Amino acid sequence: MLLPALIYVVIVTQVPFVVTLWYSFQNYFFDVPAPAHFTGFSNYTQAFTNAAFRGSLLRSVEMTVIAVIVSMLLGVAFAVLLDRKFFGRSIVRTLIITPFLVMPAAAALVWAGPMLDPNFGLLNWLLEPFGVNHVAWLSTHALGAVIVVMIWQWTPFMTLIVLAGLQSQPADTLEAAKVDGAGALATFGELTIPHLRPYIELGILLGSIYLVNVFDQVRLMTNGGPGTSTTNLPFYLYQQVNFAFDVGGAAAAGVITAILTIIVATFALRMFARVFQFEEAGI
Amino acid sequence: MTAVPTRLVRDREPRPQRFRELTGQIGWGIFTWVVGIAFFLPVLWMLITAFKPESAAETWPPRFTFSPTLAEFRLVFSGWGPYVTHSLIATIGSTVLVLVLGVPAAYALSVHPVKHWRDGLFFFISTKMLPIVAAIGPLYVIALKLHLLDSIWLLIILYTAMNLPLAIWMIRSFMLEVPKELLEAARLDGAGRIREITGVILPVVSPGLVSTALICVIFAWNELFLALNLTTVNAATMPMYLISSVPQEGLYIAHLSAAATVASVPVIAVGWIAQRSLVRGLSMGAIK
Repeated sequence: MLLPALIYVVIVTQVPFVVTLWYSFQNYFFDVPAPAHFTGFSNYTQAFTNAAFRGSLLRSVEMTVIAVIVSMLLGVAFAVLLDRKFFGRSIVRTLIITPFLVMPAAAALVWAGPMLDPNFGLLNWLLEPFGVNHVAWLSTHALGAVIVVMIWQWTPFMTLIVLAGLQSQPADTLEAAKVDGAGALATFGELTIPHLRPYIELGILLGSIYLVNVFDQVRLMTNGGPGTSTTNLPFYLYQQVNFAFDVGGAAAAGVITAILTIIVATFALRMFARVFQFEEAGI
Repeated sequence: MTAVPTRLVRDREPRPQRFRELTGQIGWGIFTWVVGIAFFLPVLWMLITAFKPESAAETWPPRFTFSPTLAEFRLVFSGWGPYVTHSLIATIGSTVLVLVLGVPAAYALSVHPVKHWRDGLFFFISTKMLPIVAAIGPLYVIALKLHLLDSIWLLIILYTAMNLPLAIWMIRSFMLEVPKELLEAARLDGAGRIREITGVILPVVSPGLVSTALICVIFAWNELFLALNLTTVNAATMPMYLISSVPQEGLYIAHLSAAATVASVPVIAVGWIAQRSLVRGLSMGAIK
């Protein structure tokens, strides 16, 4: 019963990585008629000495870490707001989850044009009273703009997960704390945050898995630029394959990425096992 | 529950404080509304701009009054034909394949767990952590050699692999909730594995399968990286239609907004209707 799915996943997701390993030792360009030939470790030495590759690696880490942390902080704040009873709560919750549902390519293009354009963008108009004058966000604050859109799209995800955590908190515990005269802040810090911990970990874990692969926003908002200031790993590899036609080089970069990911993933998987124990516990 | 030090129970709160609490509650409610609307603003702006004539879309200051037109939508509907067809085939095809492969696998990992089921479960999720972007070059070469480049089959195959781990985790979490008594009763009736799945489990988990399918549809419909790298014309999908709606020169903002709206609305509608399943699906079944 398990075999069909297992075989399928192994073939489609693992075989390409074996082939990647193979090509990482080959000199192979699409645009050159010569067949691929073995070059030893030269693709690797090139990748390690290549500042563009290292830069894109670091930028991926930077973008992911900032986006995950900020969207989690916002997610907790939104979840706390939405956990209270007020008029039209479900409507506001619906509004807040919507950015997650917008097609990432659409979000990127709508932010790049109607929202952030220096000449007619809505943001410059909204900020005009504060002395902001026709800022070309995508040239002056490119990385920040891309990260803002990542945060905008992933905060709803964090909100939903934290909100589920808040709503699973037993009401009598909170009631008891209130009766005992504990302040709202103390209750939040000492009871709610520990209770939320597995939810927050889950959100960070899953958010990182998706955000580290962010491509649409980079490709459609800044095209990696200006210069290479927003070139993250997915975009770098996309360029290597589509414009430099360098399969060998991209493969070596891919293998290094995969090894780094495996190191991070072993920790992540351990975290997963721990986080998912609360599933078995029946929360 | 942690031990909370017991103190004297307070008397009923005096009136002014209750009044303050009430106004405080209303204040927080209004604040949350403002935050929600501000957060939604880019979507709202996309919708508004989509109904503008092109000349009213790129003005300073931005215009909020204009005579709405459907012209840009008409333009979108006349040009999106092949793209939306490819997207629908890739999305529905991969989702069906995910369910066909995922249901038996989830069964083998939950109801009658195979040996090493834990390893199996974690193998599936580990494939989600290995970034597919790392293998994009060789993937291109493999697709080229198999004559799958720019084919809708390639997208179906890859989207299935992309969503299958997620779906297995999710379906498994639903199967764990099937009451043991039901399975026991079926067994006493002499039902085999197949009868057990089709007769007992599937009817119980079918709402769960629907929410699993929704999550798969969202991710497949929105996917751009693989489509952009591995297809050009014959399998180009909706996100690529969006890219094509941005011309090299000329006014395009209203047209882009209409295209973005049309491309996003299916998933937004599905997500709005299925908010509950969304949480469960996105947490891979961890949050009920």
